[in-house]
Amino acid sequence: MVARVLTVTSGKGGVGKTTLAANVSIALAMRGQRVVVIDADVGLRNLDVMLGLENRIVYDLVDVIEGRCRLRQALVRDKRLSELFLLPAAQTRDKSAVQPDDMVRVCGSLREQHDFILIDSPAGIEQGFRYALAPADEILVVTNPEVAAVRDADRVIGLIEAEEQGLARLVINRIKPNMVRRGEMLDIADVVELLAIDLIGIVPEDTAILTAANRGQPLALFSDSSPAGRAFHNIARRMLGEDVPFLTLREPGMLKRIFRFVRSGGEL
Amino acid sequence: MRFFERLMGRRDKSSSGRVAKERLRLVLAHDRADISPALLDTLKDEIVAVISRHVAIDADGVQVTFSQSARESSLVADIPLLTGSRKRRK
Repeated sequence: MVARVLTVTSGKGGVGKTTLAANVSIALAMRGQRVVVIDADVGLRNLDVMLGLENRIVYDLVDVIEGRCRLRQALVRDKRLSELFLLPAAQTRDKSAVQPDDMVRVCGSLREQHDFILIDSPAGIEQGFRYALAPADEILVVTNPEVAAVRDADRVIGLIEAEEQGLARLVINRIKPNMVRRGEMLDIADVVELLAIDLIGIVPEDTAILTAANRGQPLALFSDSSPAGRAFHNIARRMLGEDVPFLTLREPGMLKRIFRFVRSGGEL
Repeated sequence: MRFFERLMGRRDKSSSGRVAKERLRLVLAHDRADISPALLDTLKDEIVAVISRHVAIDADGVQVTFSQSARESSLVADIPLLTGSRKRRK
């Protein structure tokens, strides 16, 4: 058993990296995969609260790197899924405490006993991004359908290609189908065309994401209860090699539009 | 026509989604090539200077732009020659 190491990154902050890392980890673990998810955002620890594991942390990534504990001691086992582990970030240190080699070494020791290692990269393209990328076999680039996020994603894709750091695939997060329909948002085809990399997931905007984060109970735990939850599971399934059609966020069919047009008295 | 386009669900050119795409297309081309619009102007001026030393060209008609396919961009210089200038002046 040799784990695949997947780094989740985006360039821009706030596009949903941590939410994606948490939910895809859960979806993979629910499919019987043995998963470790590493919070690489040293100094700005967040993945623990997203997963609802914040009260169970004893040691962290920097403790492991600096030899204050064994790797096994720092892994927090998820109560809900016995095959999901979190390796938390240090909160009182900064990114200079971790070198790319450290991450390669930590992932190296985890590879034998797991199927997937997900790394939640910090925003930006500095040290944190560098060490999060170093051990990656594959990369998930997260973006939103908006100008600033797509631009930053393009920059990150350029850096990944320059490093020849494995296959990068795109997740478009926070699509608002209604706005796309009105032409007031970049649609999926636009973003894929602009960034010119393979798409692995689209996640619709979903207020349930926030309520799930409030409770520390990521949506993916309740797989079929929400569109975004389904989208995270679809990403996990595609990572496992399943051929899953993308959620249909397309505009309504011709008949529905004609009906709407007639009903609205031609105003549309 | 506009009604028809709305019915077809097609976006018109002024929709903000369309504008976003066009702006991004340009920004990404500049980012990827690491060439600013100002540098593009400088390039254009110097290309005009070099070529005019050998050939008569229409300096005002020169255009230096990006061309983009997938993740590769190239510089395209469109340089009209003045050989047909008599015709054009009419």
